[in-house]
Amino acid sequence: MNEYIKPEPLKRKFFTPGVIILIVLAFNGLIFLLGRFFFGIGAVTNLSNQYPWGLWIGVDVAAGVALAAGGFTSAALGHVMHREHIHVILRPALLTAMLGYTFVAIGVFVDIGRWYYIWHPLVYWNGNSALFEVGICVMIYMTVLYIEFLPIVTERFIGRVNFKGILSFLNKPIDKFLRLLDKGLGITMFVFVIAGVVLSTLHQSSLGTLMIIAGPKMHPLWQTPILPLLFLLSAISVGFPMIIFESIIASKSFGLKPEMEALSSLGSTIAPLLGIYLAFKIGDMVIRGTFVYLLEPTTQSIMFTIEVVVGIIIPLRMFLSKAVLKSPPLLFTASALVIFGVLLNRINNFIVAYNPPYKFSTYFPSIGEISVTVGLAALLILIYRIIVLNFPVISLANKFNVPQTKYKVRG
Amino acid sequence: MEKHSRRTFLKTAAVATATLTSLPVKKVKASQQYVLSEDRMGVLVDTTVCVGCRNCEWACKNAHDLPAGNLEDYEDKSVMKKMRRPDETALTVVNQYNNEENPSLPIDVKVQCMHCDHPACVSACIVGAFTKNENGAVTWNTNKCIGCRYCMVACPFQVPAFQFDKALNPLIMKCDFCFSRTNEGKLPACVEICPVEAITYGKRNELIEVARERIKNYPDKYINHIYGEHEVGGTSWMYLAGTDFKKLDFPKLSENPAPGVSESIQHGIFAYFVPPISLYALLGGIMWITKRKRSIESEEGKNHE
Repeated sequence: MNEYIKPEPLKRKFFTPGVIILIVLAFNGLIFLLGRFFFGIGAVTNLSNQYPWGLWIGVDVAAGVALAAGGFTSAALGHVMHREHIHVILRPALLTAMLGYTFVAIGVFVDIGRWYYIWHPLVYWNGNSALFEVGICVMIYMTVLYIEFLPIVTERFIGRVNFKGILSFLNKPIDKFLRLLDKGLGITMFVFVIAGVVLSTLHQSSLGTLMIIAGPKMHPLWQTPILPLLFLLSAISVGFPMIIFESIIASKSFGLKPEMEALSSLGSTIAPLLGIYLAFKIGDMVIRGTFVYLLEPTTQSIMFTIEVVVGIIIPLRMFLSKAVLKSPPLLFTASALVIFGVLLNRINNFIVAYNPPYKFSTYFPSIGEISVTVGLAALLILIYRIIVLNFPVISLANKFNVPQTKYKVRG
Repeated sequence: MEKHSRRTFLKTAAVATATLTSLPVKKVKASQQYVLSEDRMGVLVDTTVCVGCRNCEWACKNAHDLPAGNLEDYEDKSVMKKMRRPDETALTVVNQYNNEENPSLPIDVKVQCMHCDHPACVSACIVGAFTKNENGAVTWNTNKCIGCRYCMVACPFQVPAFQFDKALNPLIMKCDFCFSRTNEGKLPACVEICPVEAITYGKRNELIEVARERIKNYPDKYINHIYGEHEVGGTSWMYLAGTDFKKLDFPKLSENPAPGVSESIQHGIFAYFVPPISLYALLGGIMWITKRKRSIESEEGKNHE
C-alpha cells in the first residue's frame, strides 16, 4: 500500500444544472407531501382498503432498506475482515447507508396514518410482529450509522472550532470535547461496526418475513417460507453493486477518476453472491413447483421473469467476465442491472405479488405517490452532495499525502 | 493504541453481550398473550335463512355511531347487484348471490370480521393494538395504533378498513363484535335486530353442535361444511350454506392459523437472542483474527525495511 488515501471535503460549486433539476423534483415532491399531511393519505395516493400498501412501502421503505445495504456489506468486508484495499469506498458507502436509512424513516413517517405516533413501537412492544422487529432494528441501526459517521464530523472540526465574538470562549471547551469524543469513538467503534452488521442481517431478513403473514394473498411465485433468506441474500448481493454504481456516478459528477482498483475488487465478489441468491431463488421455485405459473402470461409471471433474467442472470454473467470488472462503463451497467433487479424484486414482493381476494380495481401508484418518492430521492442526492462538499468523505488519490491515520476504523 | 485495543475489544464485547442478554427477558414478557377461553362466544350465520333485509347493516351503523339513515331506505335492493365489502362506513354488509337450484330465492351472505381464534391482525400489529378478548371478540385500540395498515395486509379475510381521507387520527374500522354491548349483557346489534334469526349468538362450542345438528337433520338443505370451524385455525363467526362456499366468495383457506409460519420464523430468528448474539460473537472473532493477521504482516513489513 504505497498509495495513501485521504478523504477531504471536495472543493466544487454546489449549483450545477443537474442540481437545479433535483431541486425542482424535490419541491414537486414536497408539494404533494403537504397535500398528504393536510388532506390525508387518500388525497394523494391510490391506496385503498384493497391495497393498503403501495409505492411508498414498496420503494421508499423496502427497496430503500435493500439499496442501503452497501453500508453493512462494506463494513463487514472492510472493517470486520480488514480488507484494506476497499477502505477508500467505506466512507461514501457509510454516508449512503446513513442517508438511505434516514429517508427510509422519512418514508415510514409519510406513509403511516398517524405519523405523530411513530415512536409508539418503542413503548408498545409486540414480539410476534415482523414489522415490530424491522422497526426496532432499523431504529437502532440508524443510530449506529450516525455514531459511525461521527468520527467524520469530529475530524472535520477538531482544531477548526472558531467562533467569533462573544461565543469565542466556547472554542476551547468544544474542541476539547470533540477530541474526547473522537478518542472515545476510536476505542469503541468496533462494537458499533459489528452491531451494525448484525442488526442489518436481522432486519434485512425480517423485511422478507413481513409479507409471509399475507399468505395466499401473495402470488405463489413470491410467497415462500424462505422469503427472509431471499431478502437477506438479495440485500447482500446488491450492497457492492450499489457502492460501485454511486462511486462511478460521484466520480463522474465531481470530475474524479473512478477508484477502479477498489471497485474491481468489490465487483469480483458480486458474482458468487448473486449465484447463491439465484440458486436459492430457482431452487425454491423448483421445490414448490411454482414454475407452472411462469407459463401463464400474467403481469406477475412477466415481472418475475424480468426480475430473474435482467436483474440476476445477465449481471451474474457480466460480473464473471474479467473485461467487465476492468471497464468502468460495463461495471456500471452490470451494477445498475443488479440494483434494478433488487428494486424490482421489492416492488414485486410488496405490490405486484399482492393479490387481495376481493378487489374492485388494480393498484397503480398515483402521480402524488410517484412525485413524493422521486422528490425524496432527489432530496437525498442533494444532501449527499452537501455533505461530501463539506465533510471529508470522498478520497482523492494522492501519493504525497500524509499516511493514512484517521479514516480507518479504530479499535 | 494497537496494543491495548485487543483487551478493550474483549472488555467492551463482554459489556455489549451482557446488555444484549438482558433484553430478551423483557421481550418475552412483552409478546402478545391472549386467553382462548373455552367459553368464548361466537355467531352462527345461516345463509339459507337470511332474507337479505339489510336490517343488520342499519343496526350496526347505529351501534357504532356511523351515519345510518332511515331503516326504510335499506329495503332498496339495488345496492346488492354489486359485491360490497365492509369498509370504514359500514362494518357489515350483506351480499346477494344467485341460487342456481332455486333462482327465485337468492342466497344472502352477511359479511363482517370473522374474529379469528388466532388472528393475523393481532400477530402482525407493530404496537399490539389488536386484542383477542376472552369472549372471542378481536378489538382494536385507537390509543396505540400508528396507522401502518399492516393488519390490512395480514388479514386473510380482507376485513380491516382504514380512513384514508382523514388527515388526523384516521381509524382502523372493523366489526368489534359489539364489544361494549356484550359487556353490558346485550346482544350484538345485528343479532338483536335480525327478524328471521339467521344469525345466532352463543358459545362457540355449542354453536358448532347446533350447526352439526342442522346439517344432520337437513342434509339436502346444507352442504357438509361449517365455514369457520377450522379455517385459519377456527373463527368466532361461522357460516352454514346450501352451496359451495367458493361460489359465495368465501376465500379458500388452510386450517393452519394465519400467523403460524410468520411467528415461527420470527421466533426462530430470535430464539432467546441466541442467533444474533452468536453472529455478533462470530463477527467479533473474525475481526480480531484478521486484525491480528494484519498487524503481524505490517510488523514483518517494518522488519524488512
